[in-house]
Amino acid sequence: MEYQAKELFAKHDVPVTLGIVAHTPDEAQAAAEQLGVVVVKAQVKAGGRGKAGGVKLAKTPEEARTHAEAILGMEIKGLRVNRVLIAPAASIEEEYYFSFLLDRANRRYLCIASVEGGVEIEEVAKTNPDAVRQIPIDPGTGVDEAKAREIVADAKFPEALTEQAVQTVLALWKVFVAEDATLVEVNPLARLAGDRLEALDGKVSLDENAEFRHEDHASFVIREEEDPLESVAKDKGLNYVKLDGSVGIIGNGAGLVMSTLDVVAYAGEKHGGVKPANFLDIGGGANAQVMADGLHVILGDEQVKAVFVNVFGGITACDEVANGIVGALNILGDEATKPLVVRLDGNNVDEGRRILNEAAHPLVTMVDTMDGAADKAAELANA
Amino acid sequence: MSIYLNKDSKIIVQGMTGGMGSKHTTLMVEAGSNIVGGVNARKAGTSIELGGKDLPVFGTVKEAMAETGADVSVVFVPPAFTKDACIEAIDAGIGLLVVITEGVPVQDTAEVFAYLQSPANTGGTRMIGPNCPGVITPGESLAGITPATIAGSGPVGLVSKSGTLTYQMMYELRDHGFSTAIGIGGDPIIGTTHIDALAAFEADPDTKAIVMIGEIGGDAEERAAAYIKEHVTKPVVGYVAGFTAPEGKTMGHAGAIVSGSSGTAQAKKEALEAVGVKVGKTPSETAAIMREVLASL
Repeated sequence: MEYQAKELFAKHDVPVTLGIVAHTPDEAQAAAEQLGVVVVKAQVKAGGRGKAGGVKLAKTPEEARTHAEAILGMEIKGLRVNRVLIAPAASIEEEYYFSFLLDRANRRYLCIASVEGGVEIEEVAKTNPDAVRQIPIDPGTGVDEAKAREIVADAKFPEALTEQAVQTVLALWKVFVAEDATLVEVNPLARLAGDRLEALDGKVSLDENAEFRHEDHASFVIREEEDPLESVAKDKGLNYVKLDGSVGIIGNGAGLVMSTLDVVAYAGEKHGGVKPANFLDIGGGANAQVMADGLHVILGDEQVKAVFVNVFGGITACDEVANGIVGALNILGDEATKPLVVRLDGNNVDEGRRILNEAAHPLVTMVDTMDGAADKAAELANA
Repeated sequence: MSIYLNKDSKIIVQGMTGGMGSKHTTLMVEAGSNIVGGVNARKAGTSIELGGKDLPVFGTVKEAMAETGADVSVVFVPPAFTKDACIEAIDAGIGLLVVITEGVPVQDTAEVFAYLQSPANTGGTRMIGPNCPGVITPGESLAGITPATIAGSGPVGLVSKSGTLTYQMMYELRDHGFSTAIGIGGDPIIGTTHIDALAAFEADPDTKAIVMIGEIGGDAEERAAAYIKEHVTKPVVGYVAGFTAPEGKTMGHAGAIVSGSSGTAQAKKEALEAVGVKVGKTPSETAAIMREVLASL
């Protein structure tokens, strides 16, 4: 969110005014009393906050309170606003755009800079593509002062701001590299009265794979804004994404699970349009505890009417997976109430199927193929 | 014939003495791979028995290559040390670097890739991965974690971002078999792309048809489609996973995310179909299409 991005900016000496985060109209009013004329800004992870009515100017503390009352609790792109940023109003003369990001297609970094900022950069790119400068960055050499000067010159920032712009570009590069970001965006980067350059709004996306060297990044995650089931899954080290359907999905391997969701959605077309309820990848080792944790998360979703366990035994043999399922059902006991359709294939499949047949758990149905099992699970979810 | 890996490949393992490393080195030896040693600076000079083979541990990749003639390295070291392990292997001039490790920070991979593209890569190292199952040339050699027993040797070349979908597709087509199956990995930046693999399969006389498996995120499949149109004469059958993935959510693989209208499965399928690639709706349908293609050759 904006206020978190600004904290990271401040940490690396990007010119920025932090403002005060308020969770209630009272706090908003108190903050405005301290800061004077302010902008009340909704804090959600979404663009277009201004258009949605989530950003308002307040000349008095009372006005800040009224705006906070209206903005807190509103929904922007499906996200509830739980906090507002009270930022001192700035006298803006010009608005620019600046970002560093991961350029997947070219396997390097990209700097995008434009003197036409403050609006959606995609729009500028369409209407006036020449104004949007794209400068490739070699991850091997990065951005030194010479490169920063090249960027500033290419973007045609005003001459009066050149030195400030160079320092700001270097500071933003520090944010990008030192924080392991995949995106550092400032929009607008504003020219304020007195030729002062300041980051008025920003966005930073951090690389989850780099968390091991950034213990402080965990504090940016706001637990109450996460889906509660996703939160439980994360605590258990499971890769879970909540979706809207009624067929719970457990599988091994990201690609196979994505594929399973699709196959269930196709099968659902014949069964009242039922859809997958989640993405859940339990990874390679499907032991009883991991399987139980996965089922626990999925059964915690009230929308789930049936569960499809789709495992391809690769390194983990199917007999281990079958024992895992039997063990998980024992661990869960009465908590397991929904029918389970299991499809096992691959390494040691005969033994796996024998174990499940022998256990003959009343909730478990085994189907040999992925398509057939998806169809059965969709049928059960629609019953 | 095959691509990237064959029975003559001499393989070392970086991180061979660790949990994942020793487990999969054993499986590679059992699969018939010519594993010639491992690298661990702290255990240099010792040896370890894996899969019934006594394997020497060297202090550096350079030393291991000098002693054994190794031309392939498989990397199992933890994410925090993967970048250094890769740079070391590139400096030593290894031919093929297969990075299995999952969870490598993308800026580390970006730096390694930049290094591969730089004049420092005097040995012309090719990297596969990270976060990938590696390469298997059935009946000859395995450099990675793909189960060697799923399918045997045959006319199909397979390239996929995903490990388990690779296994699933190999299983579906086990009646035909594979020249080489390569999992390129699901990270935002990878060393070997669909296009690289397509080019290699096109040039491999033993590969008669190609299965290309994609997934949401990025535009690698669209680029591959453009490449196929210009450069691939062999039949290609496609599959794309993630039609039901919502926008803005990472589906397991760090790279598997739909951002706005970019990276959707639908767009990828359309791009592939526009250049004459038949795309299956499910893995089994994709396999069925491939069977028809093989029957018509």
